[in-house]
Amino acid sequence: MSSLSRDDVANLARLARIEMSEEELINLSNEFTVILDAVARVQEVAGAEVEPTSHPLPLRNVFRPDVVVASLTTEAALSGAPAQEDSRFRVPQILGEEA
Amino acid sequence: MIHLTASQMASKLIAGETTSVELTQAHLHRIAEVDSNVHAFLFVDSKGALEQAAAVDAKRSAGEKLAPLAGVPLALKDVMVQKGIPTTAGSKILEGWRPPYDSTVVTNLKNNGIVILGKTNMDEFAMGSSTENSAFGPTHNPWDLTRIPGGSGGGSSAALAAFEAPLAIGTDTGGSIRQPAAVTGTVGVKPTYGGVSRFGLIAFSSSLDQAGPCARTVLDAALLHEAIAGHDPKDSTSINAPVPQVVAAAKTGDVKGMKIGVVKELNGEGYQSGVRLRFEESLELLADAGAEIVEVSAPNFEYALAAYYLIAPSECSSNLARFDAMRYGLRVGDVDGASAESVMNLTREVGFGREVKRRIILGTYALSSGYYDAYYGSAQKVRTLITQDFNKAFEKCDVMVSPTCPTTAFKIGEKSNDPIAMYLNDIATIPVNMAGIGGMSLPAGLAPEDGLPVGFQIMAPAMQDQRMYLVGAVLEAALLTRWGAPLLSQAPELVGK
Amino acid sequence: MALSYDEVISKYEPVLGLEVHVELNTQSKMFCGCSTIFGGEPNTQTCPVCLALPGALPTVNEKAIESTIKIGLALNCSIAPFSRFARKNYFYPDMPKNFQISQYDEPICTNGYVDVEIEGDEGPKSFRIDIERVHMEEDTGKSLHVGGATGRIHGAEYSLLDYNRAGIPLVEIVTKIVPGTGKYAPEVAKAYVAELRDILRSLGVSDVKMEQGSLRCDANVSLRLIGAETLGTRSETKNVNSLRSVERAIRGEMVRHAELLNKGERVVQETRHFQEESGLTRSGRSKEQAEDYRYFPEPDLVPVAPDSVWIETLRQSLPERPSIHRKRLQEAWSVPDKEMAAMINADVLNLVEATVNEGADPTKARSWWLGEISRIANDKDMAIFDLAITATDVAEIVALVNAGELTDKLARQVIEGVIAGEGKPAEVISARGIKVVNDDGALMAAIEKVCAEQPETAQKIRNGHLPAAGALIGAVMKATNGQADAARVRELLLGHLLQR
Repeated sequence: MSSLSRDDVANLARLARIEMSEEELINLSNEFTVILDAVARVQEVAGAEVEPTSHPLPLRNVFRPDVVVASLTTEAALSGAPAQEDSRFRVPQILGEEA
Repeated sequence: MIHLTASQMASKLIAGETTSVELTQAHLHRIAEVDSNVHAFLFVDSKGALEQAAAVDAKRSAGEKLAPLAGVPLALKDVMVQKGIPTTAGSKILEGWRPPYDSTVVTNLKNNGIVILGKTNMDEFAMGSSTENSAFGPTHNPWDLTRIPGGSGGGSSAALAAFEAPLAIGTDTGGSIRQPAAVTGTVGVKPTYGGVSRFGLIAFSSSLDQAGPCARTVLDAALLHEAIAGHDPKDSTSINAPVPQVVAAAKTGDVKGMKIGVVKELNGEGYQSGVRLRFEESLELLADAGAEIVEVSAPNFEYALAAYYLIAPSECSSNLARFDAMRYGLRVGDVDGASAESVMNLTREVGFGREVKRRIILGTYALSSGYYDAYYGSAQKVRTLITQDFNKAFEKCDVMVSPTCPTTAFKIGEKSNDPIAMYLNDIATIPVNMAGIGGMSLPAGLAPEDGLPVGFQIMAPAMQDQRMYLVGAVLEAALLTRWGAPLLSQAPELVGK
Repeated sequence: MALSYDEVISKYEPVLGLEVHVELNTQSKMFCGCSTIFGGEPNTQTCPVCLALPGALPTVNEKAIESTIKIGLALNCSIAPFSRFARKNYFYPDMPKNFQISQYDEPICTNGYVDVEIEGDEGPKSFRIDIERVHMEEDTGKSLHVGGATGRIHGAEYSLLDYNRAGIPLVEIVTKIVPGTGKYAPEVAKAYVAELRDILRSLGVSDVKMEQGSLRCDANVSLRLIGAETLGTRSETKNVNSLRSVERAIRGEMVRHAELLNKGERVVQETRHFQEESGLTRSGRSKEQAEDYRYFPEPDLVPVAPDSVWIETLRQSLPERPSIHRKRLQEAWSVPDKEMAAMINADVLNLVEATVNEGADPTKARSWWLGEISRIANDKDMAIFDLAITATDVAEIVALVNAGELTDKLARQVIEGVIAGEGKPAEVISARGIKVVNDDGALMAAIEKVCAEQPETAQKIRNGHLPAAGALIGAVMKATNGQADAARVRELLLGHLLQR
């Protein structure tokens, strides 16, 4: 049956950007064995001929006109910022490639 | 005064027998008295509420034409963004955040002159069925303070049952309006998906989330429903069509000739005996009122829970990615030399609770390459099958009915270490969200074995929300006649602090 | 030892793949009503949607959809009757939602092509570039890295984020793999990007300013031994932001790959960054451990399903294809192929056309844009489009020269002044006091004075050594503040000294 190893969970946690203790990784890995067994049932009924539903409503082509509306003030935009400087959001150093 | 229904309060306001300020003060007083025991509220906006009430009173004295519920107070689930008012969605990661904008629901409430008392407790990001997953402590069921008030919207329902507010807003992704209504003896409605704008509703699972009215009577719910519903250009999934005439339906009260379909698969095994008893009684009352009871089958409902626990986590893993400590909310680990990545990791570790993390990880897995088709893809197909089941069933009946949940309120802590047992609570409510149709829960009485409320669920086809109100109002009236007084009058008196 | 380009192409065949990102020139952003104007104060063009505040929802800009369909049509693509937005999930601080709304397996336009022409060894050579897909997505915010010595990300202590750009509509145009260009690969790539730019400009859907980042190219390059079937490992060079750089980056990568392969080393599949100064690329993130973007249909948006009436209406609105347009211009102006190619190469065709439309003679217009103005652009290392001189200005200057009110030399001063920001031509002329000295008497006085000051040079000329005249003409021009007509000065000077 489906299961997730401790390392699988660690990789998912990395993708999801959540730090996890060793204990958490192992607990989740154990829980997932049960949960995945339960949810894997979806594979029993869904044949190739069934169309997937991603939206509950059959809506199409919902657009808005290309019109500028008022933005937030800079003050309001930054009002929740944990840190700011020169009207910009201040964040810790970004590791990775240059954008 | 706080024991009146919202429509009675509205009548008194119109008749000049009371003012919105008086009404608001009475509720604020009640909150101050009992909420230390119930813990329905995360934030009480006394000042803002009284200002809003005074403004409505002023307009009324000036002779302005006001909306039907103008001046009546309401409790707002904390997942709904309100400008300048702390909004946490029950999560530590948003503690202290004050939104710079109003959700469309809040705008509509304000335009209707409905007074917002404060923000109610909930399972973190609406993930849960007991309100135990709130980062700010559980809410207690006014019927028995050792029990859960349902979830995720336990705060809203408990506020109603504790007479802290006559109206409340909930959101329902898999039953978060209906299940709390069922276990607290109140009314809760999940409108058709797209009926009420999601703009400003902090997303859990975008394709399932739907805001709706919570109240103590079907008519009150209908009045609130019409106040908040309608097309919103800010929500691309909002329905651009007239709002169903739910108030008129709630007032009509006639089910003669209507066909009511009992879902074979949502009854019987696994359902508490008192739940089944009250459900059967309600069916008899509806039959007495002239409705025809038929049995319908929905064979794919048994897969709904599994599909739900793939779709909702998948969407939430993406929706909750924005909580990253960069632009708002909690920031942890921002020490000298720390990287943005490590701050994100640490903030999300500390800021999210166990259930939220569990679902994010599950959703990340279900969407990951190599597993998408087996999990997310298959779950989307199950969704199609469930919708087809509903469509077939609705060929044979006008509404479908079932118990809202398999059991009455369980004890706080009883299921918190068993996610699967907890998930099973939503088995009867989830199919409605999967198909995007409407669902209502209203009180059907108390289970004899534990004296706790039982919910009766009515489901209607998409955009036919008025049918739930029609049937609900008839059943409510029949039950009231039988009981002689509203169910909540049997609830224990809450002791002050 | 570095390989020469000839050595590379004698052994290897390059295979290209080009991804071009275009910022659309809509008034408002892709998914919200914030303004898209370039260069605003930080975080003045943001709202709950583009800041990804909790609860905010996207709504689709109709104009962006129309522009994308137009691009697809202009690139000979099929327009999908049903297409969807998808979320591309990855964390990066400049992307507020930590997912980008993009399109995945249901793009709006697929399977098109663009024909490009380059100057080959034996005359013009044509290549067909197949387009895989054209899809819609949104731009990210901008980060400013503070505290490092270089202002770059490495070594920075912290970063400052401005989300004005976040959510600006982007269209991504992806080619299929492009084999068979051989030694012309760099030129073909450059010609393709230039052609795309011209098409987009003619459609009026984008500012297509590579320097401002409204058109950005990522170039995938791989090499295989000539005759080999399987593709080599590719590198992806990001954000190459000028036409010249496209050519240089590809050439550079071809040489780098060949050197690795010749040494028996392997090419690493990775993202590389082009460095304008050196023309080389620098290693970025390795893609060996592929990022898992967990794409899924965007649940907050509904499908885009353009009906055939809409598509046909847009098709009717398309302007003349640039390649056809160019042929028409070439005939009307009677320009030889080589001159035409020079104009295309120097990126001045549109400017020349606009100047001609303002009444200037095609030959004159061409010579100013290709000559003096191109030279200044080169010196300043700027795109000619970004210089502060317009087609109207040049047409005015040409008219003044024709009327004898400016000499070519004075015209150059006026051009220089306009580009320096001193104002329109008339303003520059009046501020600098530029006017042609037509008075032969005044010129003769200057000539006599100069001859008296430099008798030895004057004698050389008298002895028939005419090249020496240049020095004296220069001195006269200087004495008259450059306002004399040099040809007339020469005529008078020689007449004076040779007693003709």
